[in-house]
Amino acid sequence: MRIITGNDLRTGAVVWWTGSGWSRFVDDAIDAGDAAEEIMAREEAARRVNVPYVCEASRDAQGHVRPAHIKDRVRALGPTVRRDLAVPTAARTGWDWVI
Amino acid sequence: MYRYDHYDQAMVEARVAEFRDQTRRRLEGKLTEEQFKPLRLMNGLYLQLHAYMLRVAIPYGTLSSRQLEMLATIADKYDRGYGHFTTRQNIQFNWIRLEDAPDALADLATVEMHAIQTSGNCIRNISCDHFAGAAADEIADPRPYAELLRQWSSFHPEFSYLPRKFKIAVIASERDRAAMRLHDIGIRLVTRGGALGAQFYVGGGMGRTPMIAPLIRDFVPIDQFITYAEAVLRVYNRYGRRDNKYKARIKILVHELGAEAFRREVEAEFAHLIEVGVEPPRAELERIKAHFADPPFAEGPTTIDAGDPAFARWVERNTHAHRHPAYVSAIISLKPAGDIPGDASAAQMRLVAELARQYSFDEVRVMHTQNLLLPHVAKADLPALWQALARAGLASANIDTIEDIIACPGLDYCSLANARSIPLAQRLSERFAASGRSAVLGELKLKISGCINACGHHHAGHIGILGVDKKGRENYQLSLGGSEAEDVSLARITGPGFDEDGVIAAVEKATEVYLAERKEGERFLDTYRRIGMEPFKEAIYGG
Amino acid sequence: MADDLGASPDVVQLRFRSDEPVDHAAVTVDAAIEQSNATAVRIEPGDDARLLLPVLERLALIEINFPAFTDGRGYSAARILREAGYKGELRAVGDFGVDQLSHLVRCGFDSFAPDRRLDEADACRALATWAHVYQPAADRIMSGRRTIAELRHDG
Repeated sequence: MRIITGNDLRTGAVVWWTGSGWSRFVDDAIDAGDAAEEIMAREEAARRVNVPYVCEASRDAQGHVRPAHIKDRVRALGPTVRRDLAVPTAARTGWDWVI
Repeated sequence: MYRYDHYDQAMVEARVAEFRDQTRRRLEGKLTEEQFKPLRLMNGLYLQLHAYMLRVAIPYGTLSSRQLEMLATIADKYDRGYGHFTTRQNIQFNWIRLEDAPDALADLATVEMHAIQTSGNCIRNISCDHFAGAAADEIADPRPYAELLRQWSSFHPEFSYLPRKFKIAVIASERDRAAMRLHDIGIRLVTRGGALGAQFYVGGGMGRTPMIAPLIRDFVPIDQFITYAEAVLRVYNRYGRRDNKYKARIKILVHELGAEAFRREVEAEFAHLIEVGVEPPRAELERIKAHFADPPFAEGPTTIDAGDPAFARWVERNTHAHRHPAYVSAIISLKPAGDIPGDASAAQMRLVAELARQYSFDEVRVMHTQNLLLPHVAKADLPALWQALARAGLASANIDTIEDIIACPGLDYCSLANARSIPLAQRLSERFAASGRSAVLGELKLKISGCINACGHHHAGHIGILGVDKKGRENYQLSLGGSEAEDVSLARITGPGFDEDGVIAAVEKATEVYLAERKEGERFLDTYRRIGMEPFKEAIYGG
Repeated sequence: MADDLGASPDVVQLRFRSDEPVDHAAVTVDAAIEQSNATAVRIEPGDDARLLLPVLERLALIEINFPAFTDGRGYSAARILREAGYKGELRAVGDFGVDQLSHLVRCGFDSFAPDRRLDEADACRALATWAHVYQPAADRIMSGRRTIAELRHDG
């Protein structure tokens, strides 16, 4: 699947496109398919997201959305060396999911 | 240390107001991200992997207790209770909100601090020997010259849109503790015939094309050195490459023109600028110097009573000779085994600030090795200082050992990184601390970068590690033989890369070769230079 | 060919001069040197402004183009011209915004024809940002502006 991510303009928080808005949780991400470019242009122009981009992802056996690249998995969970600061979904996916 | 007068204060406040206005215009949509990005970068604000990151300038690495306490306040009020000290003597906060950034800068301005030019294609914060004003071996205190450079380079109208970033370091001794020749301009203060002047090395740097700066001028009279720097910058601004960002640093210009041709260009511009007259008045240097007068040192015992073996080890590894015989400089290691190199919590910052007030005339330094330093500690106070540090877990006696690892934030924080640096540093320091090997190995500088940009100085490590992306997996290249000191050299890659476990094993093997081959008094680097790469390669890859 | 170059006075949004705007097509640096009647020239980022020094006397308008605001070569070109004594109009043309204005003025520009029209209020605020300056630039040559260090020591 092609999911869209970016950062919230005001806060900088990592966000994922849910089909109707932006979520802090990667599991909420949907396959934007061919509409991704249009969605990004619209959302960035409306300043609801900053520097969005598309990343490849898949849904794993547990139903979690797993970005294909390690960089986006780190973004999804938080720094692997400060697990106390992770986004709450880390408890569900576990840290092995990142590597 | 230097204190602002009303002019300096007005400049910093003007910058806060300007950035507040720019942020407003960005949030209102009057500025696109493309237009805003260079402006926010010139105020130290990056967009990193998880959030905006704010890099605060610590000019030439010097802080007062009050300033360090404000950094702790910033960490608590706008961030998540900690900060990360960098290899250019600055501090980074990882979780700043754009809408809060102007307020954070306004708070910093109340203690004469800012984030001006800590990023962007401009002249960055000036770095300096961390022992400046304390070291027994310096010929002059380099800080007044660094301050003069700070003022000259701040908001420079001609040099704010350079081809690429520009870093300057100033030292004043034969020993190089600031990686001076790995800077765009490295200045060493020297005397010739009794007169003070500046030696200019130009075109050093790390990154994907590491280069050691050649000497461009052996002696610039001290009352012309700002003019000389201006000439170098003008030549760079006009002729530095802008067609390829990877070839845009001044080192490429110096390399492509050749040092001799580059020098001729600079000399011609220098002659012209001498006529124009851009040097600050001499009295300004004297005014700045007065700020760096010695603190009121007191006579006291000139020996240290090191009864406790743990204290003795700490004194041996973590203190440095002071020019006053009753004092030393004491290093506070931010590398406890297994911890994140260079990170400090707000509570730790407050403790160090308090200890500096108590024991070091209100002064703290940030070292390029990502440690903190109390520059002026009376020998008589050392046991009490050590005990206070030990109680807080800040008395690791491991300076310049294999545990004292420089590591960039890597893929845990940085959007440019290809691999994580911090977990590797944590595992290495833990392993060598646990085995007791680090004390046996002595001075061994291990430096880790998570990508080719080399923020972790891997090219200059006795042992260097570079993280790369190998088909979506983290992979690490090992290199040996680098140095950022006066015996500067660039490390060579051993061979094919490793996964995380593999590179840790390879580092262990390299240290075993050293222990087997070393001669009396040799450091790891000396042995490597004597016996060459082959024995290390054989141990790492053979069999 | 020469007609393609040069910003007409109509697109000059800001001008800090009291003389009449020059309405004369600007030519390239090479052409300005060769054509003894040329009075207006346009400098591109890669051009060497110093080639114009022998003919500065006859030039009334020098435009410096900024195809991208992040390319700062035009700042050096401007200062070099003012350091050589050029008194005519120095016009910044191209991709710059209010956040570049104060540095442009300090380097000697006195007229501005930006690609995108500047918000007047934002521009006024930007120009008033810096009450003082740390280093001398073309503003010292043009208006005798003194640096902070000079103010500290000369009273």
